[in-house]
Amino acid sequence: MFKHYVLLAAKVLQRRKFFTFISLFGISFTLLVLMVVTAMFDHSFAPMAPESRQDLTLGVHDVVMYGPHSNWRSSGGYKLFNTYARNLPGVEHLSLYTGVRAAHSYIDGQKIESGLKKTDDEFWRILEFNFLEGGPYGTDDVAGARFVAVINQTTRRRFFGERPAIGQIIEADGQRFRVVGVVADVSEMRQVPFADIWVPYTTAKTDAYKSEILGDFHALALARDRASLKQIHDEFNSRLLRVELPKGSTNIVAPFETSLQSVARLLPIADSKSPESQVGRFVAFVAALAALFALLPTVNLVNINISRIMERVSEIGVRKAFGAPTRTLIVQFLVENVLLTLVGGGIGLALTMVVIHALNVSGILQYTQLTMNIRVFVYGVLIALLFGLISGVYPAWRMARLNPVDALKGGVSR
Amino acid sequence: MIRLQSIEKVYRTDRIETVALADVNMEVGEGEFVSVMGPSGCGKSTLLNLIGLLDAPTRGTVQINGTPIATYRDRDLAALRNKELGFVFQTFHLVSDLSVLDNVQIPLLYRHMANSERRRWALAALERVGLSARVHHFPSQLSGGQQQRVAIARAIVGRPRILLADEPTGNLDSQMGDDVMAILNTLSREDKTTIVMVTHDQQKADQTQRIVRLFDGRQVN
Repeated sequence: MFKHYVLLAAKVLQRRKFFTFISLFGISFTLLVLMVVTAMFDHSFAPMAPESRQDLTLGVHDVVMYGPHSNWRSSGGYKLFNTYARNLPGVEHLSLYTGVRAAHSYIDGQKIESGLKKTDDEFWRILEFNFLEGGPYGTDDVAGARFVAVINQTTRRRFFGERPAIGQIIEADGQRFRVVGVVADVSEMRQVPFADIWVPYTTAKTDAYKSEILGDFHALALARDRASLKQIHDEFNSRLLRVELPKGSTNIVAPFETSLQSVARLLPIADSKSPESQVGRFVAFVAALAALFALLPTVNLVNINISRIMERVSEIGVRKAFGAPTRTLIVQFLVENVLLTLVGGGIGLALTMVVIHALNVSGILQYTQLTMNIRVFVYGVLIALLFGLISGVYPAWRMARLNPVDALKGGVSR
Repeated sequence: MIRLQSIEKVYRTDRIETVALADVNMEVGEGEFVSVMGPSGCGKSTLLNLIGLLDAPTRGTVQINGTPIATYRDRDLAALRNKELGFVFQTFHLVSDLSVLDNVQIPLLYRHMANSERRRWALAALERVGLSARVHHFPSQLSGGQQQRVAIARAIVGRPRILLADEPTGNLDSQMGDDVMAILNTLSREDKTTIVMVTHDQQKADQTQRIVRLFDGRQVN
């Protein structure tokens, strides 16, 4: 009987091409978006080199300073972190580094733009870069404000072709740096390690940064163990009470948080003035968005299924007349829906592979190699099956309960 | 075989109450071929639906093989229809997405038979109605007469003891109608199948053993 249902389902889906197309489009598009978003989420937040020790890493990426009539929000300043984040209990390494800024170079009269990040030497101890040549700059290089640089493999190719880069000089924004190390490219989506060129922060053109509470700096702490994470967060919060704030500001919020917590803080619904984690709100927001995203195709599928099944009311009447129990008819229509969903899932998988490949080769996301997460695919198909069942159960139940005489007349209800 | 006692069927909407059948008493013995006649709207099809357990009477009892079916649940009614009853409709009601062979197999799907067995029974039924050469055709590829023969094959494939035919020749020309009547007569004569046929056609009704006449939902002589 199951084979009969599958055969019939295939024929019905083939014959009603428009309904089939709309249904398949809804399922596969939903799955595609889900898979691509998850691949990007995975790529942004899952532990991977250089952020291999993400479970022990906390950072301050967002600082809010406010008073009764003012509200400032930016990255932290060097002074804030250098004065209050040093020697926090439970911290094994603390790194101060800037965000990525565009730096310009000229090769054979051609202007080249690179992403430049200024860091200390601890940066290289917390993050585990894959060095293809040489190594990182050290404590003496930073303390001595030496003009040394680590570059990524793409920058090496752009400046030096296939030649080794160690000892070579590159120029960025009018400053000349000696290359001491070459690392594998790091995806743009990993904001903490990402750059094309890394240089000591002490090579900045002025010392103005040293007196800033708000500025262009981020702090990155590697905890000794998991138990230290909360201790680091709480201790830095308590130290912030001692910060000498500029006139007009009364509070400063700069929590040490995980990458996910930092991103959650950027949402419009997040309470940026609270040092507590905003992940709860983030999850609720994403769940609501996902539910809304899933609800629309489900409602759409319910309607399509009702129309699709309504066309076959006479068939329901015939089957009932010849002894089909209501439950068997429900199963028959569910088989059709599940089959449709599985086909949609297969198309969604193929589309996901195409889109991920296109994203990887397009360079829209610099140095990013998204991969498809099979676990997510399985979840995706399960969600799609759930769609199939939810969108199929109600129409199937409604139709299967039709009085056989009404069904044979074409669904007229008495 | 079939016994209807004091049957009344009333259709109700919010405002209107329509009496479709009133005080109908009828018995059809095993192997009997009975036709039901009457003008349009007199309750012929309603009567057939009640005998076919597709609908329930408002009052009165329906007995099949001596068993009153008033207390039967959906599943029991479905099982009884599947085992004991076959239906032939005026408009054939074939499933357009299925081949002739698959259409004929429909009643057997609910009997948990092996595929090969189902196929064998379906082929035998198609042979009886003279359509062995059309098993892989689809309904749209057949003439009206051929479609009705497929419908008859579907009705008899499960070897039911009762065959209910609602205007089986109503949509056919006279030659095709005669062919269908010939098949029904053979089933009655050779298989001792009990047949109740609704018809408008006096000539077709005359070919049956007994005529039951209805007028305004009541039996008349």
